[in-house]
This record gives sequence, structure tokens and C-alpha cells, in this order.
Amino acid sequence: MTGQETGEATAAVEIRRVSKIFGAGSERQVVALDDVGVTIRDNEFFTLLGPSGCGKTTLLRLIAGFEQPTAGEILLFGSHLEGLPPHRRPVNTVFQQYALFPHMTVAENIGFGLLMQGRPKPEIEETVTRMLALVRMEALAGRRTDQLSGGQQQRVALARALAPHPKVLLLDEPLSALDLKLRKEMQIELKRLQHETGITFIFVTHDQEEALTMSDRIAVMSDGAILQVGTPRQIYDHPARRFVADFIGEINILPAELTEIHGETARVRLASGQERTARLPEGSVEAGRVNVAIRPEHVRLGSPDGAALTGRVRNIVYFGTGTHYHLELEGVADAGGPAAAGGAFTVELQNRLGGADEHAVGERLGVLVEDGTLQVLCD
Amino acid sequence: MAADTQALASPSPAGAPRETERLRRAKAALAREKRRNRLLLLAPALVTIGCVGLLPLTVILVYSFLEPGTYGGVNWVFSGEAYVQFLFERDLFEETLSFNPAYLEIFGRSLLLALGATFGALLVGFPTAYFIATRPPGTRNLWLFLITLPFWTNLLIRTYAMMLILRDEGVINIALMEVGVISEPMILIYTDGAVLLGLVYSYLPFMVLPIYAALEKLDFRLVEAAYDLYATRFRVLRHVILPVAKPGIVAGCILVFIPGLGAYITPQLLGGGKSLMIGNMIWQQFGASRNWPFGSASALILMAIVMIALLIYVRYAGRKRAHG
Repeated sequence: MTGQETGEATAAVEIRRVSKIFGAGSERQVVALDDVGVTIRDNEFFTLLGPSGCGKTTLLRLIAGFEQPTAGEILLFGSHLEGLPPHRRPVNTVFQQYALFPHMTVAENIGFGLLMQGRPKPEIEETVTRMLALVRMEALAGRRTDQLSGGQQQRVALARALAPHPKVLLLDEPLSALDLKLRKEMQIELKRLQHETGITFIFVTHDQEEALTMSDRIAVMSDGAILQVGTPRQIYDHPARRFVADFIGEINILPAELTEIHGETARVRLASGQERTARLPEGSVEAGRVNVAIRPEHVRLGSPDGAALTGRVRNIVYFGTGTHYHLELEGVADAGGPAAAGGAFTVELQNRLGGADEHAVGERLGVLVEDGTLQVLCD
Repeated sequence: MAADTQALASPSPAGAPRETERLRRAKAALAREKRRNRLLLLAPALVTIGCVGLLPLTVILVYSFLEPGTYGGVNWVFSGEAYVQFLFERDLFEETLSFNPAYLEIFGRSLLLALGATFGALLVGFPTAYFIATRPPGTRNLWLFLITLPFWTNLLIRTYAMMLILRDEGVINIALMEVGVISEPMILIYTDGAVLLGLVYSYLPFMVLPIYAALEKLDFRLVEAAYDLYATRFRVLRHVILPVAKPGIVAGCILVFIPGLGAYITPQLLGGGKSLMIGNMIWQQFGASRNWPFGSASALILMAIVMIALLIYVRYAGRKRAHG
């Protein structure tokens, strides 16, 4: 129990320096996880976010017990899981394609875990009824699972994994097979279930929006490593690394010169020569050339005189709630705007009812950058 | 055809009855043509079933109700004697019937041997099929090829090979005597055990292939899911793998049991004269005993038993599904 990190919550799952190498020693060995460490708190909705192949599913399978770590250890509420097969771990999984038993009814599927645990029949029936109500599937208890829609199968898979009341529920991209509308519904539903059951959820996804919407905390993964752990707000507002900044939302990345460091903040000099206060990421950053990131919605447009950055409008993209202005910056050779903008510096302005485009293509404008909106990136 | 659509398209009230009549006739002609086409398409299948299935069966059925000819063949005189003979012995002088269980015993032993062979094939075949189904897709075909390889040679040859292994100077006895486990050859051949072994060996692929087909479709994530939900390995097998493989197991059992019940070569060669099965008995009636009607009747009784067993199974399985 290492509660010292927060002082309030106990650790549900502790990953200590875990590595997983497939085909170790052979020519084609694949390092799926490289010295990963993270602590997941009790009663937390924790998300592992990353592109496919980043090792997030491997980490989940290690916790479930389907794979054994090559190195390191995993603790569940303080006790070691090493060598325990999946059926002896108080952890259940919701699989990506649900993996419902085709030869059983909905109720039999949900009761399977309890039956295997050898619980008495009345208790199984009572729990199954409760679970059916929890996922709002009472009417379909007697159906075979192949007669269900995708969303319904999803609910059954959830109920089946929740029925034995695991200490931790693992969810392996459970929403990826659903269409957008259903996915939005299930996101809210999952959040509700986590609240009502009080079970720690570890959720794996490659969808950053999903992660931001649902999670208490997010771990962003890439190439078998965890790059940053934090609340959705921390991850979005203060990405520590370039990969995190790029992966989540749209962001502009600019070259800058770091001149002074004051604790958590620093002074950076932009290409125009102007200096601003920027936030520093955790970990060491030295003075010199760095990259700084700024969200399109955290800057404003104005007169070019005395502005932190200046440029000409290349494109104007209207998208309902807002408008994106893509700018060709002056004096900045390698500005990295969002991919959607073709790498151009992007400014997002909120649209008002009855408003018109405030600027025209080709117009020379200044970008107003306030102190504290810039974020220094590690690499 | 064009007239039909025209009739449907023009709702003129005056012409309506006439058009309806034409429509009716056109529809009737269309239906006739459809029936004729269906019959033509079915013809090859019907001819095959008729020539290969029904015709020989009819011959057997007719023969079973005739009197045996003195030198084989039949006399064209109606008689139910063959069916009576199956259960009763007719006294030579007094024309009285006494119950004779000899043939029933042969049927009983055949039934037991066939069941044993089915069980044995299942015991060996299921793990084999599971093994193949869990290999990487690329190597599965090689394993399947190896399983079917013995089928490239004749059943007779394979059974002779079995004899070479089992006989007194066979591979097993020689090896065991060399090692010193036994001093005298064990009696392996010409026993029920030898017949059982021979049957399992001969029909094993019939068990492996359908079970493999069923297991190949098994989603191994289901196994993981069950394992995750507190099922031990044995319970995963019982609650997930076996139910999914059940259609394959049933098919395999039927495919082994039926030819096993009527097996002829295996009991003839491996059972010697002692371990008679139905197949040998029927052969004897057509051969040495020169009692074709009784042979025919025995064959039909065998068929009836198999059909009744299958019907019972189908009903039982159907009811169980409705319950579950």
C-alpha cells in the first residue's frame, strides 16, 4: 500500500518496472513493454491511451494473467500476482469483441463467473437479476447471445465481467466495435457503472476523446513506455512530451529559446524575440533550444504590431462552433501545426450567432500569446 | 409475361374479369414450368438415390421374405421364416419353436464392440483434433494430411499391418520379450481387445476430422474469457470447449459407430473365428450357410437398430435443446 503519492487513496494495482518481451532472445523479438511503472488507485477510472502497438493491451493482459511479465512485478491491493493463473485473480476482463459464450443465454453468460466460483444457486440468480437491471437488459435474459445487437452484447459482456464483483475491471477497447452514437451512450453508461459499483476500471483505448471524456486519470503510452500520467485536464493543458501533445487534441508546436527557469515555470524567447512565461514539464529541462506547445483555442488574433508572432492567413475553416485560421508564420521555419491544418499554425476562434468571418485570407495578423499558455515540451 | 404485367398495370373495370382469368392461367403455366424445372434439376440426385440406395435395399427386403435356395440364391416362395429364425430355433422334428439367443448375442457383442470403438476413438481423437486445431494455421494442413495418410492404403492392408503388430511373433511381443518384461508371448491377436483396437485404428480419422472442423471454428478468446471468469482448465474444457465442439463430437461418434457396428474385415482378421460380429455373420449367411433370406433379414435388422438408435438420439438432443 503506497498511499504516499496522494495520501488519500490506496493503490489498486501497482506496476513495478514491468517489461514484456515476446520471443525473447530470438531474432524477431518484440519489446512490447519496456520498464513500465504506474500506480492505479482504488475506485479510479484509469485509462491506458495510445496508438495501436504501444503496449497498452499487453499491459492489460499482464494484469489479467494471460501473459507473464519478462521482468518486474504487478501487485493487486498490495499482494503479488506473480504465477497466479487468470482464474485465480480477482480481476475480470471485458474483451474487445466481447467473447460471449455462444451456447449460453444472456443470463447464463452473466452467471458463469459466479457458477465457476461455486456460489450457491439462489445467490447466482439474485446477482444475475441485479446485473441485468444494472445494464438494463432484464427483458433479454433468456435470449441467446447471437440474437443480440452490438450494443446489447456489449452490455452483457460488461454484466458478465462485473457479476463476480472483481476488485479491478479491465476493459480492452470495449467500445471500438460500436457506432458513434452508441459509443457516446456507452461512454456515459460505463462512467455510471463505475460510480455505482465502486470498482476500479482500467480502460484501454486509442481514442483520445474517449479517454478525456471518461477517465479520472490517463496514462499516455507509446512504444512500450508510459510517457505521462495525469488527469485529463493535466494531460490536455500541460502535455509533457511532444508525442503526448501531438496525440491528444490539436496543438501548435513552436521552436523557442529557454532563458530562465523559476521552479515550475520558465521564460522562453519566441522567434519574434519576445519573451513569455511558459510552464515546465516534470523532469529536467535545460536552458537552450526547446519546443513549446500552445493549443489553437488558447491564442487570439489581433494587430501585428507588437504581437508575439505574426503571419498571413492561408486558410479559413468554419466548423460550426468555431473557426480555424491557418497562418503562415513569419520568421519561424519549422512550426508544427496540427496535421489537419497541413502543419500551419492554427488559431481557433469561437463563433457567435450571426457573426461573420473577422479576417480574410491573405491578411497579415498578429498572434496574441498570453503568459502561462505556453507549455515547454521534453522532447 | 409481358401480358401479366400489362394486366396488373391497367385497372380498367370492364376488362377486369377477363384479365383476371388470363392472369390466373399465366400463373398456372408459370407454376407448371417451375415444377418441371425443379424435377429436372432433382433428377440426377433422385436417380442416384434410387439406383445406389433404394434399389439394393428393395432387393434385400424382398429376399428376406423368400425361402433359401439349396445352393444359395432364393426360391420365389413367400416366407417369414428368416425373421423367426433370428430369435427362435425350430425343432427339426416337432416343428416347435424354442428361444435361441445366439444371434442376439452376436448383435449384443457387435453393439458393445462398436460402442467401445466409438469411445476409444473419441478418447484418442478429441485430443488429437484439439492439438491440430491449436497449431498455427500454416502447419494444420500437414497434421491433417498425416491423419488421413493411412487412408491411402486399403483397409485390408492396414488390418494386416495390425496383425503383424499384434500376433505372437509380432512387434509388441518380440519387443517385450527382448526387454525381458515377459518370457512368453502375450495373447494379443484373436481377442475382442484386438478387434476393438483394430476398429479404433481404422475409424479414427472419422472421429478426428469432424471434431477438428468444430474446434477450428472455436474462438479461443472464449477460452480466455472462461479462464478469466474463474474457470479452471478442466472446467473451461467442460463448459466452453466441449459444448462448442459437440456437433463435431456427435458427427464423429455416428461416423465411427455405424461402420464399426457393421465392420467385417477387422473382426474377421483380428478376431479370428472366435470374435464374430454382425458383419461376419451376415457374410456367412450369404457364403457358407447359403441362407440368403436370413442374411438379408439380419442386414435389415441391423439397419433398423441403427435407425432406431439415431432417432432416439435426435429426439433426446432436440428435447434437451428446447429445455436449455
